[in-house]
Amino acid sequence: MGTLKDILSPFSVWKQVLKEPVTIKDPLNRAGSDRYRGFHQNEIDRCIGCGTCEAICENEAIDMVGVASIASKDGDSGLRPMVDYGRCCWCALCVDVCTTGSLKLSNVYTWVDTDPDNFRFIPGIDKKPWDNAEKGYVKPDNYELYPLERVSMDHLHPEERDHSFIEIMKGYSDEEALIEADRCVSCGICTATCPAHMGIPEYIKAIRNKDVEEGLRIMYETNPLPEICGRICTHKCETVCSLGHRGDPISIRWLKRYIADQVPESAYADVLRQDSVEQNDKKIAIIGAGPAGLSAAYYLRQLGYQVKIYEKLQAAGGMMRYGIPEYRLPYDQIDKDVNYILSQGVDIQYNVEVGKDISFSDLHKQYNAVYVATGLHQGRSTRIPGTDHKSVYQAIELLRKITNNEEIEVAEKIVVIGGGNVAMDITRSLARMQKEKYGKVQIIATSLEAEGKMPADLEEIVEAREENATINPGWGPREILIENDKIKGLKVVKCLDVFDAEGRFNPSFDESEEAFFEADMVVESIGQGADLGFIAPEFMEQLEKDHRGRIMVDPLTYQSTLPWLFVGGDIIEGPDVIHGVANGHKAAKGIDLFLNK
Amino acid sequence: MSKKEFFPMDGDRTKYPEIKSDGTADIDLSSHKYIKLWHGPNHPGITGNMAVELTLCGDEVVEGITHVGYLHRGFEKLMERRKYIQNFPLVCRIAVPEPDYNEYNYATCIENLTGIDVPEKGMWLRTLTLEMARLQGFLMWIGGMAGAIGFGTVGQWANYCRDLVLDRFEELTGGRIYHIYILPGGVRNDIPEGFKDRMEKNLREIEGFMKDIRRAFFDNYVFKKRSVGVGYIDPAWVFDYGIVGPNARAAGFKHDIRKNYPYAKYAELDFEITTAKDSDIYTRAFLRFEELLKDIDLIRQILDKMPEKGDHISKVSNMMNLKIPAGETYVRSECTRGEYGYYLVADGSEYPRRVNVRGPSYTHGVALLEKMLVNVNIADVAQLMVSLHTYPPEIER
Repeated sequence: MGTLKDILSPFSVWKQVLKEPVTIKDPLNRAGSDRYRGFHQNEIDRCIGCGTCEAICENEAIDMVGVASIASKDGDSGLRPMVDYGRCCWCALCVDVCTTGSLKLSNVYTWVDTDPDNFRFIPGIDKKPWDNAEKGYVKPDNYELYPLERVSMDHLHPEERDHSFIEIMKGYSDEEALIEADRCVSCGICTATCPAHMGIPEYIKAIRNKDVEEGLRIMYETNPLPEICGRICTHKCETVCSLGHRGDPISIRWLKRYIADQVPESAYADVLRQDSVEQNDKKIAIIGAGPAGLSAAYYLRQLGYQVKIYEKLQAAGGMMRYGIPEYRLPYDQIDKDVNYILSQGVDIQYNVEVGKDISFSDLHKQYNAVYVATGLHQGRSTRIPGTDHKSVYQAIELLRKITNNEEIEVAEKIVVIGGGNVAMDITRSLARMQKEKYGKVQIIATSLEAEGKMPADLEEIVEAREENATINPGWGPREILIENDKIKGLKVVKCLDVFDAEGRFNPSFDESEEAFFEADMVVESIGQGADLGFIAPEFMEQLEKDHRGRIMVDPLTYQSTLPWLFVGGDIIEGPDVIHGVANGHKAAKGIDLFLNK
Repeated sequence: MSKKEFFPMDGDRTKYPEIKSDGTADIDLSSHKYIKLWHGPNHPGITGNMAVELTLCGDEVVEGITHVGYLHRGFEKLMERRKYIQNFPLVCRIAVPEPDYNEYNYATCIENLTGIDVPEKGMWLRTLTLEMARLQGFLMWIGGMAGAIGFGTVGQWANYCRDLVLDRFEELTGGRIYHIYILPGGVRNDIPEGFKDRMEKNLREIEGFMKDIRRAFFDNYVFKKRSVGVGYIDPAWVFDYGIVGPNARAAGFKHDIRKNYPYAKYAELDFEITTAKDSDIYTRAFLRFEELLKDIDLIRQILDKMPEKGDHISKVSNMMNLKIPAGETYVRSECTRGEYGYYLVADGSEYPRRVNVRGPSYTHGVALLEKMLVNVNIADVAQLMVSLHTYPPEIER
């Protein structure tokens, strides 16, 4: 087997003696490659403390911890990831999954320290030698661990909807809901921000588990109006959704609607059945059957109280029924939520106006506690010349009449003053009626706020334009011109800014730039106020109020300075449904606390 | 070569120890004919952390019992407690020198069961990393093989060459050893600019070293004298012992998963299965050396054929919530040691129900080694082990 060659051949490699040694001369100063996965960096201001990095870390090397310099707020837990280099394996899945893109790995990989405690640190907060390293591993652009695009919902196209009040959004199919629910990373930033603190990741998980009944049960723990909120909630949860930082936020509202839509009304009793509640004989009066009143009634019944609601109008729902048009929130869906609440043994009396049909002091005498949730049903006027004309209306009154199927004036040319959601509601409602009546739409909505700064939801503005309404923002109304007792139109001047340097409402105008909107009818929609005239003066005097005359309540219990009187709904915060639901729930607990002291 | 030549001392070998009727050896330690010697777990001639309990009669091994457990981290069980995506940093640790096969097999299991597609370029990049893993695996192995019989310098050259490949791994994946590069749907990152040129430069340098290694190690009277005719694997054992990879190919079996069951982009690559006949330590070593050179050629082919444009990973559903419908799958690939397989059972939840890793070291390093150790000279134990190319973490996964 051995040949002479085998003996001589090995000697030929002696030439290697003359070569440089192959070991690295200075391993401590060898730079890592451009995408090397070295030590962690975190852009602390970009991080929102969602904790997704902590969730994916298979080594449990990341803990979310509080940081003294960062306060928690909506959309930011105030926590930041602390990395334990005794556990980390530098896989960088934390970087890939980071919802904001704040987490990175630098390409620095050598670090000598004598204190073992230093190897548990908060990147970005605890200063490290590699903080300014520019190279390292960042998530590649064209790769995601979760889809960033939202599943769009099927809806009526403008030409299908601009003449009718049929609901626009059609709801998710099972498949669409599953795909959308799958995108959620369950960080819970939404839950912290939702006024009602709904278990959002939990009910989204229920969708993924194809268990909508469990989803419904989770929703009713914090919100007894899922059909309604699933359609028209102001979705603060979506505004802060961690996925929204790099992509589309999860469609939390539509997923809520999906769950509620899947369970028929007849099945609610079975699905939500709970062990019998111990009843007591304490009586609570609730004034107003809006979201706050209904929510308080539901949770008070869960606590065993005898509840009676006094409602001024013909049906329950408050602003949800009498403010929001049917194409956004159909009445049968309101009925579905309301009926279930009433079926829990809530007594309700319609067409009763407290202060007129029954006195406030009588309520005080007859009930152990009173919850006032009458909302904001009084429209505010611009008080410009001409507003006293008979063809000048308040949006909120018109919307109420539309719900009640009452005859209203629909002129050929209409101007709406206001840029909020109510203004959009009346604009779009009247546009539909114009289309029906005249075959064309001639309605202009104008607001002080310039384009892009209007308080209305962007989708409302877009859809209104799709329905041929004109939205012409950035004008201050000056005068409604009237000739021969007939409205000719609205004179406006350019609005430069709505707020002054200190951030207060104090619009400034450029009087030289004028415009004129032709109209036969003007609708004002610049906000609503509360009408608390039903509270007898002797009680009103005892209530503590803030500098703007608003009633002060305990922020946790919604108890006023009259211990038996609780106040909530739009009067206190919002105005929107979810705040009403939340403070109704809190008031129910507050009443329970007060009566069981 | 005759059988007599392979076993020059055949005949008397069966005298000690005597074989009892139940087939086990009759070893009476009190007779002072035998001595117990632990080879490992800390021994330069052992591959990784395992031990062989040797019973010697003079300088001849009469019995060898393998002891594993020094590395047991319960990978398969740990995987059942982690979401699918969380197992990627875990699986690569099952075969430390070649993590990519674990990543590839595991990712492909998930893709098979969920229907996730891998884009063309992603598949090429996977093939590239798999071949790079083979190349550096063989380089490391040559170092071990040479080191086991005292050729330390060759070991250093080989490990330098391996470092060059690791440099490219670092550039491509961001990690030198644990790449965590292959994920469901493709690979994590695209190929960096200028990678091909730098790779080519490295491959040329490696080829240069391989010429020297051939002269210094393979065309070496000492190595041949030590290894030819030693550590014979009888082709008849191949099926009985589940022998795969170079160990089987050196015994004449033309079996290579890349060719027999092409996966990734191997069907589009031009290569032949390397086989040999003599089945001793030298033959296996030289066969691996030839495969190493072929890997260099394959890497060139891959880099030439890889499309410049295209996605490296497809769009996937949320990996944090990935649920896999109930089902099972087996995925195999050809690593340096042979068939590497992953058997995955899903039960519809977010966690794997069972993952079974078929590492070739399991059969080579335990049953086969114990058989082959008998009647081997004590001085040959280390090189015999290395010539089987075993990774203990693969045994103890």
